[in-house]
Amino acid sequence: MADIQNYTINFGPQHPAAHGVLRMVLELDGEVVVRADPHIGMLHRATEKLAETKTWIQSVPYMDRLDYMSMMCSEHAYCLAIEKMLGIDVPVRAQYIRVMFDEITRVLNHLLWIGAHGLDVGAMTMMLYAMREREDLVDCYEAVSGTRWHAAYYRPGGVYRDLPDTMPMYKESKWKSAAEVKKLNEVRSGTLLDFLDDFVVRFPKIIDEYETLLTDNRIWKQRLVNVGVVSPERAMQLGFSGAMLRGSGVAWDLRKKQPYAVYDRLDFDIPVGVTGDSYDRYLVRVEEMRQSNRILRQCIDWLRVNPGPVISDNHKVAPPSRAKMKSNMEELVHHFKLCTEGIHVPEGQVYSAVEHPKGEFGIYAISDGANKPYRLKIRSPGYVHLSAMDELVRGHMIADVVTMVGTIDIVFGEIDR
Amino acid sequence: MSSKLESLCQALRKHLGERVESLQVAFGEVNLDVKVDTYLESMFILRDNPELRCEELIDLCGVDYSAYGNGTWTGKRFAVVSQLLSISNNWRVRVRCFAENDDFPSVPSVVEVWNSVNWFEREAFDLYGIVFPGHPDLRRILTDYGFVGHPFRKDFPVCGYVEMRYDSEQRRVVYQPVTIEEREITPRVVRENTYGDV
Repeated sequence: MADIQNYTINFGPQHPAAHGVLRMVLELDGEVVVRADPHIGMLHRATEKLAETKTWIQSVPYMDRLDYMSMMCSEHAYCLAIEKMLGIDVPVRAQYIRVMFDEITRVLNHLLWIGAHGLDVGAMTMMLYAMREREDLVDCYEAVSGTRWHAAYYRPGGVYRDLPDTMPMYKESKWKSAAEVKKLNEVRSGTLLDFLDDFVVRFPKIIDEYETLLTDNRIWKQRLVNVGVVSPERAMQLGFSGAMLRGSGVAWDLRKKQPYAVYDRLDFDIPVGVTGDSYDRYLVRVEEMRQSNRILRQCIDWLRVNPGPVISDNHKVAPPSRAKMKSNMEELVHHFKLCTEGIHVPEGQVYSAVEHPKGEFGIYAISDGANKPYRLKIRSPGYVHLSAMDELVRGHMIADVVTMVGTIDIVFGEIDR
Repeated sequence: MSSKLESLCQALRKHLGERVESLQVAFGEVNLDVKVDTYLESMFILRDNPELRCEELIDLCGVDYSAYGNGTWTGKRFAVVSQLLSISNNWRVRVRCFAENDDFPSVPSVVEVWNSVNWFEREAFDLYGIVFPGHPDLRRILTDYGFVGHPFRKDFPVCGYVEMRYDSEQRRVVYQPVTIEEREITPRVVRENTYGDV
């Protein structure tokens, strides 16, 4: 009998299930994976090095481009780091707005994840449905920041501006008749909060629909149950965080354990898995969407009745309003100094972490007292999770590699940085 | 300082003893410095000691201090900084370890203490050229195949040394020296502590 040797194949970087530019060298024994060696860095833009050459505030938009599927959460961690070093307080309203948009981001991220994961594993329709709901949420992004993805909405000291009173509307066109536009614009006639309110009411039913499609789906279960099982001990040893850690049964969520912003005032639960397989991680993420919806509801109710400032009035950190700037010498000087030289952050080092949809996203910043960071290290959850890929896929069939890529929730912007 | 940080600092001093080079609390975070020869055993203690119990290594990165404070730094050049997290005690410790030799920085690998550090050490090697004896697979990770140099060192220009383009005559991708010049848009300014009384 001939000796059959292991052979090596390339998975990616141009593979539809590689979620971007993942190149994986797989060593196979028949159809069983013996070793996986992910090659990353195809999207490396040296964000951390670039941040060293920019003022503190100029790096805020870079944070959007890290995990380009959950933008504002990364901005949050960065702003928290600067605020911690400066020791400034953020107005409560700004904190509520941040929490609200963090949760919108979480839903956005999980929707894309459920769509892409479904697509990878064979549930084609999930992508279409998830994109439908994402559309409403990126409209909220657009309403507050003017952009649908790369918002740069959070600023050190608060958020860029208060929630708008109007929503962007659909316009009549070749493709949309007046009657259609009228129907589409119905929910957009109020403020952003009204629009979001409508979404929050609709959303639980939509999640039920997703679950009808997937949770008891035989194929879905065959592809996910008992695939990529991680024990809690291994999960901690491998540095997992977020849904990857909770899926293994460790009740750890920074929003509860080390609360930032106003998470300690809100009421929500942390879902935890039992077996630590891909199916549990799926259930955890779906439940997280429901909990995010609860948080959104509480934020909307609070924000409706509590007006106030949304950015710090310390003009050494946050720019003064345009109107004040044009009538007041002092404010003009502040604005000029901020825009030409930037914030001076006191000497020291901080690490600030947020519960990003994918796990713990941290910013480690060293300042030597200059107007630019001396060193900025971005701790992205995807990087650590992907490094465990070898251990996850070893002994699985080659088709399970795709499930694993999906369950880790890979976005290359944050892995390669 | 909160009572929690207080008890953490006490526990650190008690169990690490002589190995603590410096222990400071700033911005509500604990900064621990250890010497390179006691680094590995300190890390084992940090993980295994029932009072400390840092189960997770969240992050590890290299730092190049050569340009710190616009060149006023007198200490060692390269450091390795790791962020540890204790899930059972809910606290964080930051451990910094300076490499002895500036020309050939080397710090023992902690990959057997926390497996999650594998790629972080590869990254620190790739970007700063810090060598980690004991690492099973110390390859470059983020930079290009065949990249020369360690790009995050402070003496490495932001624009790099080579650029890549497609050559239509040779019909392949070629490398050539960079054609752009480095420029600084906003100058880097270090002010005295009291400046602008923020």
